[in-house]
Amino acid sequence: MILEHVGLSQINGSLVVLDGVQNASYDEMVVMKLTDGTQRVGRIVMIEGDKCVIQVFEGTTGFSLDNTRTTLSGHPMMVDLSPEILGRTLDGLGRPIDGLGEIYPEFRRDVNGSPINPVSRVYPRNYIRTGISSIDALATLIRGQKLPIFSGSGMKHNELAVQIVKQADVSDGEDFAIVFAAMGVKNDVADYFKKSFEAANVMDRVVMLLNLANDPIVERIITPRAALTIAEYLAFDLGKNILVILTDMTSYCEALREFSSSKGEIPGRKGYPGYLYSDLASLYERAGIIEGRKGSVTQIPILTMPGDDITHPIPDLTGYITEGQIVLDRGMDATGVYPPVSVLPSLSRLMKDGIGAGYTREDHNPLANQLFATYARVQDAKALASVIGEEELSASDKRVMEFGRAFEQKFVGQGNTNRSIEETLDLGWELLSMLPREELDRVDQVMLDHYYKPQVNNAHRDLGTILKK
Amino acid sequence: MAQNLIYSINGPVVTIKGKTGLSMMEMVHVGNDHLVGEVIRMDEELTTIQVYEETSGLAPGEPVTTTGGPLCVTLGPGILRNIYDGIQRPLPALEKESGPFIARGCNIPSLDPDAKWDVTVTVKVGDKIVPGQIYATCPETPVILHKCMAAPGVEGTVTWVAENGSYTVNDTVVRITDKNGNERELTLCQKWPIRRPRPVQTRMPAQRPLITGMRVVDTMFPIAKGGAAAIPGGFGTGKTMTQHQLAKWCDADIIIYVGCGERGNEMTQALTEFGELIDPKTGRPLTDRTVLIANTSNMPVAAREASIYTGITLAEYYRDMGYHTAMMADSTSRWAEALREISGRLEEMPADEGYPAYLPSRLAEFYERAGYVRALNGEEGSVTVIGAVSPPGADFSEPVTQNTKRFTRCFWALDKALAYARHYPAINWNTSYTEYITDLAPWYYDNVGPDFLSCREQIASLLLQETSLMEIVKLIGSDVLPDDQKLVIEIARVIRVGFLQQNFFHDQDTYVSLEKQLKMMKVILHLYEKSQALVARQIPISKLLRLGLFDKLVKMKYDIPNDKLEMFDEYTAEIDQKIGELLRA
Repeated sequence: MILEHVGLSQINGSLVVLDGVQNASYDEMVVMKLTDGTQRVGRIVMIEGDKCVIQVFEGTTGFSLDNTRTTLSGHPMMVDLSPEILGRTLDGLGRPIDGLGEIYPEFRRDVNGSPINPVSRVYPRNYIRTGISSIDALATLIRGQKLPIFSGSGMKHNELAVQIVKQADVSDGEDFAIVFAAMGVKNDVADYFKKSFEAANVMDRVVMLLNLANDPIVERIITPRAALTIAEYLAFDLGKNILVILTDMTSYCEALREFSSSKGEIPGRKGYPGYLYSDLASLYERAGIIEGRKGSVTQIPILTMPGDDITHPIPDLTGYITEGQIVLDRGMDATGVYPPVSVLPSLSRLMKDGIGAGYTREDHNPLANQLFATYARVQDAKALASVIGEEELSASDKRVMEFGRAFEQKFVGQGNTNRSIEETLDLGWELLSMLPREELDRVDQVMLDHYYKPQVNNAHRDLGTILKK
Repeated sequence: MAQNLIYSINGPVVTIKGKTGLSMMEMVHVGNDHLVGEVIRMDEELTTIQVYEETSGLAPGEPVTTTGGPLCVTLGPGILRNIYDGIQRPLPALEKESGPFIARGCNIPSLDPDAKWDVTVTVKVGDKIVPGQIYATCPETPVILHKCMAAPGVEGTVTWVAENGSYTVNDTVVRITDKNGNERELTLCQKWPIRRPRPVQTRMPAQRPLITGMRVVDTMFPIAKGGAAAIPGGFGTGKTMTQHQLAKWCDADIIIYVGCGERGNEMTQALTEFGELIDPKTGRPLTDRTVLIANTSNMPVAAREASIYTGITLAEYYRDMGYHTAMMADSTSRWAEALREISGRLEEMPADEGYPAYLPSRLAEFYERAGYVRALNGEEGSVTVIGAVSPPGADFSEPVTQNTKRFTRCFWALDKALAYARHYPAINWNTSYTEYITDLAPWYYDNVGPDFLSCREQIASLLLQETSLMEIVKLIGSDVLPDDQKLVIEIARVIRVGFLQQNFFHDQDTYVSLEKQLKMMKVILHLYEKSQALVARQIPISKLLRLGLFDKLVKMKYDIPNDKLEMFDEYTAEIDQKIGELLRA
């Protein structure tokens, strides 16, 4: 027998209170029927005796205290899973919206997932070549990693994500698929991704979950969870390598804040709930590889830093959970450098074990260290030059400045080209060879003997002067 | 007694209505799935329980059953080499039971009940047993001898002992009768509540350093065995790398590594790396003397709060056997956030930045469990605590960093600018400090060399001079400085790049003995002294730099192998010769 509870005792934003409920369980889904025949779903977020607080996903517009009939479903939020899910477009809760009919589920799984036992994980080592020098050489993406893009409104993070999808080595194989979750992004952005996937000829291997900017925000809290549940199914049940793109995490966090404050919770920093860290972790930690299973889940979350502030709680907490970050720089973006990757704060924590002999090339690690160290010197020289003028710099600082320009223009600002790892590393050595050998203190002598090519030195000096003009 | 039933559920916080017969901090099983929980607040109307597992699916009216005691860990052989979650459930056994994803309500014994240990009983019938006394030993791993000790409060006369042989942790090996005539059976294991420090005979002053092989730590900011240190740093500054490095190389006998609310992949890395790394002291894998506690950020938040206490209780247990233990907690900020999260759910009045007002006292309680002690049985042992702190936005003025500073005497501040320049370990020498140096001075004097401390002071003073000179250089460039100040900048560069910066991935540089550290300092200071003579003679510094001596010293950490320290004499001789030539020219 299905019990229907008529009416509500309180409505507050997207939260409603239902009294006199027996047998409700925490986190359970409910279906609410309105007298006009429409139907909405909700989730129990708090129980006190026979009183339940329910969060309504599609908003409470049109609700009154006596026009709803609520049915308990007896299970938490589930998403339908089947191999046919590839190529489909779903709403923020994982229900088809592309007009191609229902998905006949093989499995239905709880969107919250379960934490992976650290003992069952395989430490990710397999690098993914993206063809983008600044990422491949300096913040290498590893299969099973979570590597976010920290961007700002108006910067080219979407283009960068698409370029990664197009060029990434994983995209050759049949066992590769993309799960794309849009949270609060504009229609145009979703369209841009769709068109790009079509152009890259991968549309039949993409699952799109769309919760657009004008969709209910409470649904947004479920969107990444549904997406990751689908990703885990494709990866660990069907053995595919999955790339999950989550955009925009900032909208997700704002939805969480709105929901938290309507529940009357004590806010933490900037009004975000105190559990923002745990909540984000429950999403990001769903990337990885499991011992004995074939597939992998790699995540590229995209977030726009409010006011380009990297210390804002959203990028800050994200950076503490993810294994590195790719930071985009507004200054470089404005001067037309694409991709505008800000090299120094960008980092991949997993790269040290996924590069070097046997993975990329033996010289990769020292080269990357040296490029970072030298580019850090460029910043010092720039700071000095802005005070005393470039003409007054010492000869060594001038050389460093030249290196900096060539590095930003050639190495970082590669445009839409696809570079092999050899091309990237060789270019790095070419640039370093603009500097005297003694200044390369992060590389040992054997490596320098092999890779340091001062004869190309002059050619690059010329390039430096050309760029200057 | 009436059964206790769940009344309300809000995240990890569950309440029961009415009188329950439970007591504070008692461990309970919640619901039909037997989730582990702990009583954290009571009044006449409501008893509040924090649940250490996901509560979704829990319903009001489900039963809450008591276990009769506070949240405890099981102490006995089989802890080492294991990997636990925050409430000491063995993760490998959990994997066998529930697969790669952690299921709820798995109650698996912390110590393998079937494993046999090769036990030697060390008491005989008629012996008096006092708390802390060792009554049996067994080799837990090839490098660590496990000593079974009478738990605090256990006292009496031995009436029966088992033959030496192999036993499981739950087999009785000794029977005693206490003064009231009650008989007690002693097995290989005992329980201890995680929130109560294990008693000791006396606390002793900490006078021996924990040697880590990391130059910036051993030389500049050493920590004593039994001390407490904090490593604060924003994300990407290398907290975890530094912690891993300390765990791998420090000279403690037992390592307890607590991954508290951190990344799953990092724990897997620690797991594989510690297993592959052969300990130079024992010739055995590092895991033979390591325990990992992994409560990753997506595992339940209440268990994260407990994981720190679980870790330190295990450390204290091995300390009581007479071992030097080191506990790494990565990261205490996640632990503080767990406190904040639970406090928020209890609707407590928040203090600074939403943290509960009792944050400082909890931090103090935790860090004070570090120490160099004489245990109840007379053995000397220590617990050293090294806690990472992850301040939001790398802002050290936030409450967790500030309060941690009050209760630790060693502060290794990681710096974003250094990390961006890939200067690792990114420990900033201007903002870091150690209060242990005066306590440790006699040890360094006797064991490393009488001149160690004066070298250290000179190095520190050169770095300080550089910092103030750099202020000027940043404004007007280095060309305007007089030669003696340019020399300071050059030599400070050698110290920074050649000495403080260390490459953990280089086989010679990953661990450096104190002897080599001293020799490196000496040769740098020797070069400085000789160069000063040149500058005093008005010889331009550019000539000096062309000799290549500075760059040679920057690379000496790679070029001089750890087993060929006599090469330092060649370096000194070369400095004398080249600078001598310049002086004569």
